Amino acid sequence: MSNGAGRHRPPLLLVLVAGVVVAALLLPLAYLLIRVAGHPARALEILGERGTWRLVWNTAVLVVGVVVAAVLVGVPLAWLVTRTDLPGRRVWAVAGALPLVIPSYVAALCLLGFFGERGLLADLLGIERFPDVTGYWGALAALTLATYPYVFLLAQASLRDLDPSLEEAARGLGIAGWRSFARVTAPAIRPAVGLGALLVALYTLSDFGVVSLMRYDALTRAIYLQYRSLFDRTPAATLALLLVALTAVALVLEARTRRHGRLHRSGPGAARPAPPVPLGRWTAPALAFCTLVTGLFIVLPAAVLVTWLARGVANDRQLEAPWAALVGSVGASGLAALAAILAALPVAVLATRYPSRRTRVLERLAYAGNALPGLVIALSLVFFAARYASPVYQTLALLVFAYVVRFFPQAISGVESSMLRINPRVEEAARGLGRGPLSTLALVTVPLARSGVLAGAALVFLSAMKELPATLLLRPIGFDTLATEIWKLTQVGAYSRASVPALVLIAVSAPFLWLISRDRRLASGTGG
Amino acid sequence: MKVLTLTVVLAATLATAACGGGDGSGPLTVYSGREEELVAPLFEMFTEATGIDVEVRYGDSAELAAAINEEGGNSPADVFFAQDPGSLGAVDAELTELPTDVLDRVDRRFRDDGGRWVGTSGRSRVLVYNTDALSEADLPGSVFDLTDPVWKGRIGIAPTNASFQAFVTAMRLAAGDERTRAWLEGLKANDPKTYEKNTPIVEAVAAGEVDVGLVNHYYLYLVREEQPAAPIANHFFDPADPGALVSVAGAGALASSNQPDDAQRFVEFLLSEEAQRFYVEDAEEAEYPLVAGIPAAEGLPPIEQLQGPDVDLSSFGGELASTIEMLRETGYLT
Repeated sequence: MSNGAGRHRPPLLLVLVAGVVVAALLLPLAYLLIRVAGHPARALEILGERGTWRLVWNTAVLVVGVVVAAVLVGVPLAWLVTRTDLPGRRVWAVAGALPLVIPSYVAALCLLGFFGERGLLADLLGIERFPDVTGYWGALAALTLATYPYVFLLAQASLRDLDPSLEEAARGLGIAGWRSFARVTAPAIRPAVGLGALLVALYTLSDFGVVSLMRYDALTRAIYLQYRSLFDRTPAATLALLLVALTAVALVLEARTRRHGRLHRSGPGAARPAPPVPLGRWTAPALAFCTLVTGLFIVLPAAVLVTWLARGVANDRQLEAPWAALVGSVGASGLAALAAILAALPVAVLATRYPSRRTRVLERLAYAGNALPGLVIALSLVFFAARYASPVYQTLALLVFAYVVRFFPQAISGVESSMLRINPRVEEAARGLGRGPLSTLALVTVPLARSGVLAGAALVFLSAMKELPATLLLRPIGFDTLATEIWKLTQVGAYSRASVPALVLIAVSAPFLWLISRDRRLASGTGG
Repeated sequence: MKVLTLTVVLAATLATAACGGGDGSGPLTVYSGREEELVAPLFEMFTEATGIDVEVRYGDSAELAAAINEEGGNSPADVFFAQDPGSLGAVDAELTELPTDVLDRVDRRFRDDGGRWVGTSGRSRVLVYNTDALSEADLPGSVFDLTDPVWKGRIGIAPTNASFQAFVTAMRLAAGDERTRAWLEGLKANDPKTYEKNTPIVEAVAAGEVDVGLVNHYYLYLVREEQPAAPIANHFFDPADPGALVSVAGAGALASSNQPDDAQRFVEFLLSEEAQRFYVEDAEEAEYPLVAGIPAAEGLPPIEQLQGPDVDLSSFGGELASTIEMLRETGYLT
């Protein structure tokens, strides 16, 4: 294979593998189209109803709110812990990422347990009745808690990789302070923040646990209502397709943040860390901000869980260590992380190394099903597997596949973001030395991108640890995870007993954050 | 390399952990929409009594019903054990007719007209109330009285929950659409607080967030497990009042089962004296046994007294769409 042509025409095998991966990811969409095609008139009728469009509006308003809140929390926090002399910034960096390990439904339960009308806060203050916190603002708070770490982690990595010579050059030109941030730093981290925002949007679109607990009428809640009360699959599928349409809007907006995009260093020499910005009199407000964020988003939920645990001990409830569920969670999530990375690699290589209209469309298509609620993805796989692949139905393999379908964007975001930071000339050099495209991928690209690959794997792992709806329907019989254990106990209102698996889930997941937030200078530095 | 080793170890552990995900020819497979915490002992009792092993897939009743429908005749399930008549009705095309001697153990009003599923335990709709705020004498005899302005801001309901929707269906069938709509509008004017499910309503009543709540009777006992000192009690509406609807959890055998005899035996077992007594003696949630001659748990009014409105539970599935429509029009659902 000749080197020159290789840059433009991707190897056939790569295209085939990526094509199969994307086709598999589109199964839920195919299922929805089958369901709608069965009753097109009914589907049109639903699209004509005013209630439907109010749901779309409610959902859109929630997504915009959560994305804005996540960026407002995530970006300043990332800047403070990477680029300033903030006291204790290592600790803040760890604490800032921690909420990622809390399942959003647990977060919502905890927020309600604390701020609820008769929650712990009302108790502590001795207030008779606290204002109602459910609805839009409650959903916004719980979802921001659950998702801002995506923005935080991606912004943090990108700030750390930022070549300080850019800002130095700006200073040389007399641009400093906020203007330097706006003119130099912000554009440079914009793609990373955009990608984080996309993950936030997809999560918010697909979430059911929070909007249900907070009683906010979003599309997912209506979809669940259709399935649960009416057993009517056509309206559910129609509403789910509207979620797909909203995903498309989110993808287009995200693509616009990527426009000016050379992200790898091209100058000679290794990247060096930027000198920290002295905060001076801004130190106190910065510390207050970090305290508020971590207090609200990590200390508070943890405190509520511990309070429940203490109540369980006091009431002498049966508190059991969920060992089998722990093994199930870690095992299934670990396999999901591995499988998701293997699936993401060919698509990412195609999109970043052979950019063309076609490869971009292929990559974007992979996102199409990711804003669908877990129940819809689960039912679509039930449909296909029970009919056409019964040997894998209700096996671990299908469950892992469902996780890959749900969390593919997280895998590909990790892989792609680090591939974009590798200078393609390194790969060209390998090709020039006679390596084929696949061996270049295996020997040069993947090792250079390993921190991003591991970060993507860890994101998938953490999400799979928290996943509930698809797990319930697709797990092998008798196979428990920590999430199903929490569900089983909260279902009968046994919060004190549910606090045990919830705390175990948080404790086991937390160390994996290290894989996501650790230093990436190695990967990008060798690219120069 | 480390990753590879880790993967191998993981896969091996999982193979052990997931062992037992059989192909359906061995043990009996039950899809259970009833909570593991409540009914797990029943499955053990069945295995002990018959020697037949059981594998249980726990989930939400309606979601399992949706799964059975999507499986389209290829379900690994032999039996569907569900929380409500609605979920059973949604899959009745996939269920097989049960023999009359099984059906006849249960009063006609607690089973499917077509004989495809049978009620296995009963639950009454009640008004749960906060005993610090109210006493039994303050409470109305009919659910229709909750539109009185004295209840403004004090009532908890769960309009998205199947049990509330079944109750509204019962009201429509017993009192007519016009009266039901008027009641829903009157209740709405009283600013009821909405919750997602029954348990949070009982918790809210216990916490004094609302004073009364429309729920099924047995959630009280679950909340007491968690908060033994909670100031809550159940108020039963007058017999024949729509608010006193008695509904059931039930079971049916799947037509696609490859072990139909065992499946039938399981449904039969749920109606055996042993299983029925379980609800009275062992279960923490104190549901009503449905087989004649077995008295309800202490402190519960006997089921004969709770006649409930004169409605046909197996017609609820077909009526639900109109109920939901009415709940939409009156602003309870979007």
